[in-house]
Amino acid sequence: MNFSISLTVNGVRRDVELGDPRVTLLDLLRERLHLTGTKKGCDRGQCGACTVLVDGRRINSCMALAVSHDGADVLTIEGLARGDQLHPVQAAFIAHDGLQCGFCTPGQIMSAIGLIHEGQAGDDPERVREGMSGNLCRCGAYSGITDAVLDVQKSLIAADQRRSA
Amino acid sequence: MKTFDYVRPATISDAIAAAAEPGAAYLAAGTNLLDLMKGGITRPDRLVDVTRLPGLDRIEQLPDGGVRIGALVRNADLAHDPDFARSYPAIAEALLSGASAQLRNAATVGGNLLQRTRCGYFYDAASACNKREPGAGCDARDGENRLHAVLGWSEACIATHPSDFCVPLVALDAVVEIEGRTGRREVAVEALHRLPGDTPERESVLEPGDLIVALRLPGEARTFSAHARYLKVRERTSYAFAVVSAAAALRIEQGTIRDARLALGGVAAKPWRARSAEEILAGSSPTQAAFRRAAEVALADARPSGDNRFKIELAQRILVRALTLAAAGTPQRIPALPASPFSSVSRSAS
Repeated sequence: MNFSISLTVNGVRRDVELGDPRVTLLDLLRERLHLTGTKKGCDRGQCGACTVLVDGRRINSCMALAVSHDGADVLTIEGLARGDQLHPVQAAFIAHDGLQCGFCTPGQIMSAIGLIHEGQAGDDPERVREGMSGNLCRCGAYSGITDAVLDVQKSLIAADQRRSA
Repeated sequence: MKTFDYVRPATISDAIAAAAEPGAAYLAAGTNLLDLMKGGITRPDRLVDVTRLPGLDRIEQLPDGGVRIGALVRNADLAHDPDFARSYPAIAEALLSGASAQLRNAATVGGNLLQRTRCGYFYDAASACNKREPGAGCDARDGENRLHAVLGWSEACIATHPSDFCVPLVALDAVVEIEGRTGRREVAVEALHRLPGDTPERESVLEPGDLIVALRLPGEARTFSAHARYLKVRERTSYAFAVVSAAAALRIEQGTIRDARLALGGVAAKPWRARSAEEILAGSSPTQAAFRRAAEVALADARPSGDNRFKIELAQRILVRALTLAAAGTPQRIPALPASPFSSVSRSAS
């Protein structure tokens, strides 16, 4: 059975024919659209390497059937930078050594962007760590990751204060 | 993963007709179902995608002061709804203590109620499991069973129900609205899940085609909002299922407990309401002695199903601690580590 779906991926409309309903959103991104920045770690919703934003919310793309997400707006790591200009969260990960081998990093960065949008953690390190607990890092770069997220949060809070002043 | 037929009905009645066929399963977010399908543990012939059904994604206030939550409301959206979190703080805390932010963003209210056990033998296709294959036996009985049930278990099955959300729901008399082939009916969450007995493969009272369309909390549930907590002991700080958890909700007037609601998680095949302990507390002062007596009564029928005798003592201590926290008052904001016994420690240390 064939299923035609249409997604907006990083701002571009993509029409895809699925020959099989078993295709996950993760496999669609990597194997069909060749967007391999999103990583397959555990493929069971436990490690967070496959995190993308769907309609603005972070989810595990390995646990989402592509066919069920017909019409969705998907943002992946490839959609963040503007040419050579990095997204502020990408720049903060580099500035704070928020990575070592880099495999979990696209998921960490997409999860961090989701966390910031959710607006629940603020600049509380404990809330940031708790909010990022769905992303595992085998290299143990957690302290740099937390510092990177806090740095971006503090810049956003400062910018808000300047705007409201 | 075995292949399957995929349908996405436009109406609830079409969904019920499609799901009533043998081999069919409902798909919402799929955060549990897809995992089971990838492992070959669940092998549906047809998935009935209910995510586009209209009208099931709303949170509505009811005239009696209660609330009606559509089955497709996402766990994160419910926990972060300001009115809901203020009125039912123990439920919001339980939701935020479960899974990860990514999973809470996807997982639905209806799906959470029907999630399957996390027993490792159920998940391992090479092991004997009466729940997965009736009559096959239970490898958990003589296996790694320190996290298994201490209440309501049978020789056929010692698995536990993993939901955090369901624990305060049964404490607060939540009800599910079910649409099925014979129309609409209501079932208390406490009566939704079944104990294993000789048929552990039958986990709920739902019949083929039955669809949970909404969850309702009665107006009375919000009268506990000043003294309501959920407490959960895990084997790591975050993103882990409960070893044992407890929901405690008190209505305290002039220093006396007028009404108490208690439930335990991680101890049985269903969220475990502790009514006998509630009766002990009603009319007494909120003292450690009363809390300890209630905890002893709550676990009076408990017995180990393996290397898990420690869970009986642990459950009593968690109940006392949850009651102590509830009596001290619901915090203004859900702690940084929701439901964690280490939350206050980490706050003062940071």
